[in-house]
Amino acid sequence: MTTLPTSTKKKLGLVIDLDTCVGCHACVISCKGWNTENYGAPLSDQDPYGGDPSGTFLNRVHSYEVQPLATSAMPHPAAQLVHFPKSCLHCEDAPCVTVCPTGASYKRVEDGIVLVNESDCIGCGLCAWACPYGAREMDAEEGVMKKCTLCVDRIYNENLPEVDREPVCVRTCPAGARHFGDFADPDSNVSRLTAERSGMDLMPEQGTKPVNQYLPPRPKDTLDQIDVLAPFLEPVMQESNGFLGWLDRTLEKI
Amino acid sequence: MHPAPSVIVFTTLSGLGFGLLAWLGIGMPVVTGWSAFAFFAVAYLLAVGGLISSTFHLGHPERALKAFTQWRSSWLSREAWAAVLALVVMGLYGAGLVFFGQRWSALGWIGAALSLGTVYTTSMIYGQMKTVPRWKTPLTSALYLTLSLAGGALLAGQVSFALILLPVAAVVQVLWWKRGDTALEQSGSTLASATGLARDGAVVRAFEPPHTGTNYLLREFVHVIGRKHARKLRLIALGLGFVLPVVLLLLPFSHVFGLVAVLSHVIGIAASRWLFFAEAEHVVGIYYGKRAA
Repeated sequence: MTTLPTSTKKKLGLVIDLDTCVGCHACVISCKGWNTENYGAPLSDQDPYGGDPSGTFLNRVHSYEVQPLATSAMPHPAAQLVHFPKSCLHCEDAPCVTVCPTGASYKRVEDGIVLVNESDCIGCGLCAWACPYGAREMDAEEGVMKKCTLCVDRIYNENLPEVDREPVCVRTCPAGARHFGDFADPDSNVSRLTAERSGMDLMPEQGTKPVNQYLPPRPKDTLDQIDVLAPFLEPVMQESNGFLGWLDRTLEKI
Repeated sequence: MHPAPSVIVFTTLSGLGFGLLAWLGIGMPVVTGWSAFAFFAVAYLLAVGGLISSTFHLGHPERALKAFTQWRSSWLSREAWAAVLALVVMGLYGAGLVFFGQRWSALGWIGAALSLGTVYTTSMIYGQMKTVPRWKTPLTSALYLTLSLAGGALLAGQVSFALILLPVAAVVQVLWWKRGDTALEQSGSTLASATGLARDGAVVRAFEPPHTGTNYLLREFVHVIGRKHARKLRLIALGLGFVLPVVLLLLPFSHVFGLVAVLSHVIGIAASRWLFFAEAEHVVGIYYGKRAA
C-alpha cells in the first residue's frame, strides 16, 4: 500500500552532526559495502575503472563553503568548510511513497522506515522525481529503485553482536557524527541531541516532515594570543651592518 | 529534468489521440462505417502508441500490470486505469459506429469524459511534483487539457472549434512559461533552506560535489539548457504548434493544408514538450550548486 500510515509506533532515524563530520566518506563506503552484499539487489557500478565511472550510492557527502557575515568585531571572518552527508530522511510525509503506482514503496507502521519492495518495483523512477533530497537512485544494472533502508537487516539482526545492531554508517563513523535512534521517544539519544543542539529539517518548505535531523555547526572558538614566547622572538637587531648593511644604505641613497 | 524521448513521444501522441477520441465521443464529427474506422484507427494508433512508448523508460516493463494497484494514492496508477477504461469504452462505442452504424451516444459521452480524464491524470503526474516548482501548478493540467482538445479538434476536422481552441491553448502555453520562469524562485527552496547553513547572514556555496564523476541524480534531474536556445525553441513551438495551423485553417479548405496543419502542430507540441522537461528545475540540483542559490 502506498498510502502513508497516519502514525508510526517508532520513528527510527539519524541525527547527523555537521559540527563533527570531518568529510572522510567512510559512511559512504561502508554503506555501499553493506548494502551491496546484503538486502536487495547489489549497488552496481558502471564503467568503474574506465573513463566515465558512475554508480549507485545510498549515502553521499557534499561539501559546502560557509562564509560568515563580516562584523565590526570580525571584519574578515574565515570561511568554514562544512561536510554534509545526505541519505534518505525517512520523512513522515514521504512524497516518494504516495506517487508509487505499484505499492513497491512503503513506509513501515512499526518503525517508520521507508522501504522499496524490489520485486514489485517497475523502475518508473517517479519516486526519485518526488524526493527533494536526491535520496533515491535507480540502479542502472538492476532497473529498480535503491534507497537507504536504515540497515533494516542490521538493526534487528540477532546474528550480529549487539554493538553492531545499528546502521553501518553510524557504526563506521570515526568522528561520531552520526547517531541512530527513535525520535518518537522524547528521552532517546537522538531526541535529546536534537533538542539540545537545535536540530533542523532540510528543505522544510517542501512539507515532507523529515525524521532525520541535522545539527548545525557550532560557532567557532576565537583564540586569544596565547603564544608566551612571541615577545622573545622580536628581531634583536634593528640596524643592519656588515656588507649587506652597507649595500642596503648605498642602494637607499641612489 | 532529463527530456527522455519516450516520455516526450508518449505525452505528445497520447494527448492528441485522447483529444481526438473525446471529439469522436461527443459525435463531432458523427461518422460511421469506413470513415469511422479511419478516425478510430488514427486515434487508437496515437493513444496506444503513446502508451506503449511510455513503457520503454521502465526498468521492468514486464511488471507494468502492478501499476493498476495503487489508484488510491498514485496519479500514475490512476492514469493507467483511466487510459484502459477510456480505450475499452471508446472501443465499444467505435465498434457500434463502424460495424453496426449505430451511435450509442451515452457510451460516447462517457468515453469522451474518460479520454479527457486520462489526459488530466497524465498532467497530474507532473502537476503534483512539489520538487519541480515549474510543474507544480493547476496551469499544467490546463495546458495538457487545452492542447489535447485543440489538437483533437484539428484531427477531428472541427475547424471552427480548432480556430478557437488553438489560440486559447497558445495563451495557456505562454502563461505557463511566464509563471514557470520565476517558479523556482517563488518556491522558496534555496541552498540556504536545503542545507540550513546560512545562519546570521552567512553565505553558502557548493564547494565540492560528493563524487568527481556524474550520477543518476545529475543525469535525471540536472539537465541544464541555455536560455538563448530555450527562447528559440519556444518561438518554434508557438509558430509550428499554433500560428501555422491557424493560418492554414483560415485558408480555403484543402486536405493537403489540413495534413500540413496537423504535422506542424505535432512538431510544435513535441518542441513544447521537450522544453517542458528540459527547462524543469528539480530542487535536488540545489544540493549540487546547479541552481541559482
